[in-house]
Amino acid sequence: MNEEIKKDSCRQDFYAFFESKKETLLEDLEERIKRLSQKNSKFPGSIIPPEKPYYTPEDIKNLDYEKDLGKPGKPPFTRGVYETMYRGKLWTMRMFSGFGTAKETNERFKFLLEHGQTGLSIAFDMPTLMGYDSDHPRARGEVGKEGVAVCTLSNMETLFKDIPLDKVSTSMTINPTAFILLAFYVAVAEKQGVPLYKLRGTIQNDILKEYIAQKEFIFPPEPSIKIIIDTVEFCSKYIPKWHPISISGYHIREAGATAVQELAFTLMDGFTYVKYAIERGLNVDDFAPQLSFFFNSHMNFFEEIAKFRAARRIWARWMKEKFGAKKEESMRLKFHTQTAGCSLTAQQPENNIIRTTIEALAAILGGTQSLHTNSMDEAYALPTEKAAKIALRTQQIIAYETDIPDVIDPLAGSYFIEYLTNKMEEEAEKIFKKIEEMGGMVEAIKKGWPQREISRSAYEFQKAVEEKRYIVVGVNEFVEDEETKIEILKIPPEIEEEQIREVKEFKQNRDNIVVKNRLEELRRAAERNENLMPYTIEAVKAHVTLGEIIEELKKVYGTWQEPPNLY
Amino acid sequence: MKEKIRVLIAKVGLDGHDRGAKVVASALRDAGFEVVYSGLHQTPEAVVRTAIQEDVDVIGISILSGAHMTVFPEVLKLMKEKGLDNVLLTGGGIIPEDDAQKLYEMGVGKLFGPGTPLKEIIEYIKEEVKKRKK
Repeated sequence: MNEEIKKDSCRQDFYAFFESKKETLLEDLEERIKRLSQKNSKFPGSIIPPEKPYYTPEDIKNLDYEKDLGKPGKPPFTRGVYETMYRGKLWTMRMFSGFGTAKETNERFKFLLEHGQTGLSIAFDMPTLMGYDSDHPRARGEVGKEGVAVCTLSNMETLFKDIPLDKVSTSMTINPTAFILLAFYVAVAEKQGVPLYKLRGTIQNDILKEYIAQKEFIFPPEPSIKIIIDTVEFCSKYIPKWHPISISGYHIREAGATAVQELAFTLMDGFTYVKYAIERGLNVDDFAPQLSFFFNSHMNFFEEIAKFRAARRIWARWMKEKFGAKKEESMRLKFHTQTAGCSLTAQQPENNIIRTTIEALAAILGGTQSLHTNSMDEAYALPTEKAAKIALRTQQIIAYETDIPDVIDPLAGSYFIEYLTNKMEEEAEKIFKKIEEMGGMVEAIKKGWPQREISRSAYEFQKAVEEKRYIVVGVNEFVEDEETKIEILKIPPEIEEEQIREVKEFKQNRDNIVVKNRLEELRRAAERNENLMPYTIEAVKAHVTLGEIIEELKKVYGTWQEPPNLY
Repeated sequence: MKEKIRVLIAKVGLDGHDRGAKVVASALRDAGFEVVYSGLHQTPEAVVRTAIQEDVDVIGISILSGAHMTVFPEVLKLMKEKGLDNVLLTGGGIIPEDDAQKLYEMGVGKLFGPGTPLKEIIEYIKEEVKKRKK
């Protein structure tokens, strides 16, 4: 107490009173803080304890700096996979796009390349994703709708016309048919005279999350994983700069999973691929550096940041301790992030810009390598150009106008963030244990377990919104009567007709005897359990189509029906 | 007359995004309806066949792939052919308003977009089924 106050008798009285009642006053204060911090909107499925108003050194007393955090760029990589992070190079602002025909998409690509973009990202339509040619009856109404249709080598040649494949990196969002798209890409490269070791890019090729969440599957789990390991083996030998799998939590989260479920299921999927690849006889350090991840960034800001940090630490620990990785590169979890599509609202759509900004911030503070920010109109349809531009500008504003990228892992050491990172890891380990008790991820999927867990979380999320335990602005609170009219992008129906005509022509102008032979060779290779990549490449070069390859392999592998999993 | 309202919830086409379909199915079940969930990747023919077998009052289709202008008219046509005149065809997903309006004019019921309260769907179905049973 300073002299000034001592002179003031009134204040002296107050301090005397305060000293005598200190204990109870402070207790009341604690109570008041607790009460005040209990707002009536809690993010469903959050692991943050709702009763705790603040965190202290007590909450992280077991944290070992060297062992649990370490320097950025050093194991366990909690603080980031690179030493320099965004000081060396900003995250890649990778915006996913693609619709209509191969020709239109090619023009769009050339436009982007002329404007300095070097990474291409392709969205395919549903028939391409599911293994149907555009002229198949089951493709009706879906050709060119959610992405570009590519079922023939000719489509792929059109897509990359005048684009030298040694000068670009190409990311393809494709799963059960990924091996065929990779074969098309290899065939186009050969025609261009580009050696395979110069090819750079990614195929998503993550079938486990398809069974769990996005539900684009064709064959049962075992043969599907076999084909994926074929691509991993092929790439590690011939296309070393290619990322053969992008292990994805994004879709798991979009299907309704909580943050911790997203984290645990995704990492477990990753471990499963590593296990199968090692069983194939591959050396972990030969393929692991090429694995990459893809996460969601949702509205529970701090929980998301903790999720990203925990993901890096868990991956590094498991790769080293359980899979015997020697190279640091094999332990680095590099990831792409997309902001949560499921957090966008159709109501008052401009508010989605703010949501996306908060989610983008979490991804950047969490140390993402690349980022897609959603457009405000995506609760309605594919984004319009204006909406997509605002989404990109959001990233640029964070990158250039603020100090956010300047310091690496700036939240490290926060009692709360470190507590939450630890808790994320603990909760994820509990889920790993459950899956292992079931006999691994493939067995768990066959039992429908992760599927049901996600359905339950999705339903609980919706109930929390209905019962106003979680407030979504414009949806269940602060609702406005006025309907907002926004411009919507639509795909003209002629695109489907044009593509179907092209595919039919393609099938008429080829040597059908060679086609038949190539298909038979592929089927026999599948029966002998050989690596299918060389046979698939030969088949597409002989103008066998995507749908024909899938139909032929169904004869060997059959198809997958999901177990009932309504929660 | 059957006591409980019977609803078929179906995913038609190649799109596998089933979060909405499953949440709605669970909510209808909890609201006391008899719910049949078709599972994924159904054809319009299979949906109408199941609707007949299960003797449902309502078919609810979830589509997020943009194929709604192909799928709904096809299901509606098959329903008419099979004489399912009293069955309500409704659904939801990412469906622009003017498309929903066109489908409504063809005879499809209300289509629900993202953010719709489950109560609204439940009430709508109850009311429509009541009208049709008169």
